[in-house]
Amino acid sequence: MAIGLEHYLTVAAALFVIGIFGIFLNRKNVIILLMSIELMLLSVNINLVAFSSFLGDLVGQVFTLFVLTVAAAEAAIGLAILVCFFRNSGTIAVEDINVMKG
Amino acid sequence: MTIVALSFYLFAISALVGGLFTVISRNPVHSVLWLILAFISSAGLFVLLGAEFVAMLLIIVYVGAVAVLFLFVVMMLDVDFAELKAEMARYLPLALLIAVILLMQFTLAYGNWTWADKAIDSRAAVMPEGMENTKALGMLIYDRYFLLFQLAGMILLVAMIGAIVLTLRHRRDVKRQDVLAQMYRNPADSVELVDVETGQGLK
Repeated sequence: MAIGLEHYLTVAAALFVIGIFGIFLNRKNVIILLMSIELMLLSVNINLVAFSSFLGDLVGQVFTLFVLTVAAAEAAIGLAILVCFFRNSGTIAVEDINVMKG
Repeated sequence: MTIVALSFYLFAISALVGGLFTVISRNPVHSVLWLILAFISSAGLFVLLGAEFVAMLLIIVYVGAVAVLFLFVVMMLDVDFAELKAEMARYLPLALLIAVILLMQFTLAYGNWTWADKAIDSRAAVMPEGMENTKALGMLIYDRYFLLFQLAGMILLVAMIGAIVLTLRHRRDVKRQDVLAQMYRNPADSVELVDVETGQGLK
């Protein structure tokens, strides 16, 4: 059986669902939340590259580069905010991050 | 089963297992290592798709930079992860429910799906025949998508500056070298000659 586009789409969809599952499962741990977001971005990248490959259009891969850049920047900024928050409060539980609610 | 199909299933299964254990692992260091497995397997999938450049970029950027960054932060922060994980069982039913619903929606969407008639005609950048992926991508991003490329660099610059500004802190109690003050010191200010009487010493 040849490996078609549907196979890659299935993998990407399952990875995306795992990312969502992780966000709901680890409600308190910001580090695992960020990792789940990375997983979801990875599944989006798999979708883009799969369509790009099967359609013969390179723009999908160009856009994958852009998504990769944004994901790296987001991880860096998110972890910097996390380190900053941990220094101030001594915890990384998400439920404690509501001091700015006014 | 051909070698391509075999390696596809190998990479796909290890990517999904890596993703799943990233999410449910009790130790965050193990989570990061499972995340690295998921990234490397996805890079394998990209190679199978013929996107070698993006695959290598995935290994360099995600495994080399992002995952190591996560590892540093997990090891640097002294957090009681057992306490954070204790309530995982409480959220499990809701998480499973949402995951199953989302999976069903994806199945509905992917169940009846076809290419549009104009899909082939509306390609923006057709892959050149007989040119390897990296070269073709380079011809594209340094030419037609140069603005996008520059903007990506700008985003990385802003992220770098932001991360430095967020985590930089000046400690008050640490002495630092002040080069200008050292240079502008003169002997008249800093050295005082005192005549000391014999046997009396300095007061």
